[in-house]
Amino acid sequence: MTNFFSEEGKNIACTVVETGPCVVTQVLGEDKDGYNAIQLGFGEAKEKNTSNPMLGHFKKASTTPKSKIVEFRNFDIDKTIGEEVNVDEVFAEGDVVAVVGTSKGKGFQGVVKRHGFHGVGDQTHGQHNRLRAPGSIGAASYPAKVFKGMRMAGQTGNRRVKVKNLKILKIIPEKNLLLVSGAIPGHKGAYVIIEK
Amino acid sequence: MNPIMNFVEGEIAKKYEYPDFRPGDNITVDYKIVEGAKERVQAYRGNVIQIKGTGASKTFTVRKISNGVGVERIFLYANPSIVGLTINKKGKVRRAKLFYLRELVGKKARIKERKYSK
Repeated sequence: MTNFFSEEGKNIACTVVETGPCVVTQVLGEDKDGYNAIQLGFGEAKEKNTSNPMLGHFKKASTTPKSKIVEFRNFDIDKTIGEEVNVDEVFAEGDVVAVVGTSKGKGFQGVVKRHGFHGVGDQTHGQHNRLRAPGSIGAASYPAKVFKGMRMAGQTGNRRVKVKNLKILKIIPEKNLLLVSGAIPGHKGAYVIIEK
Repeated sequence: MNPIMNFVEGEIAKKYEYPDFRPGDNITVDYKIVEGAKERVQAYRGNVIQIKGTGASKTFTVRKISNGVGVERIFLYANPSIVGLTINKKGKVRRAKLFYLRELVGKKARIKERKYSK
């Protein structure tokens, strides 16, 4: 992340996203696949780490092996297989986008970190080992069960997260870079999908 | 830093050229203020007590005593609202962060002047 000064002189925190060059690796059509979509490949992968079926797939698009391929439905821009997609063709400065990514994994966490419970809140009055405990998870003989969806401890983070209403502050087309306002899911160097 | 981040910060951050000031120096920062439709420049004079960070997030802190109350203001180096910066006095200090000044008042809170450059 870095910061960006808008024209009004406001300092806005922003994230830098490398968005290309992306290559069209497949064009899906209504008649053959049942829906319209475009498949984009991004990032270089080593040939020895790419399986033979995938090598054939990339060869069809006459491109090098890619480390990430994603399908995009309802892609407005007409592209044929093997063509490059650059950032300034898709986005413009001031666009509002949503960013999808895999959030940072935090492991198995208790309810205080995972759901924002407040814990017991006091270290005195007889407390000694229940400071971050969840408390009651329901009533007794009626309903005689714990309701589904009861918030408990468990795996935190490392799941698909979408952040909406982020603004594109700046585009640097020569390096295919985007500056998106605010924070986006995932660790540094992670793959994200930007939806318009 | 990551080469991409380096490139981006070089591209978007304001290119500033301030005189070479250090913690302990007494400086005046000319800061552009927008009031409605009007713009004016406000001068803020005080001692630099801290320089912190790198790249686009590099900041300096200026402390002054205003009407008997200590006031500290943190400026970003790359802030485009800073239109000018002058050094009034160079200070002779032995620390990079002068937080001890917060505990001192009156004559004890003075900083000796550095008269000879190294």
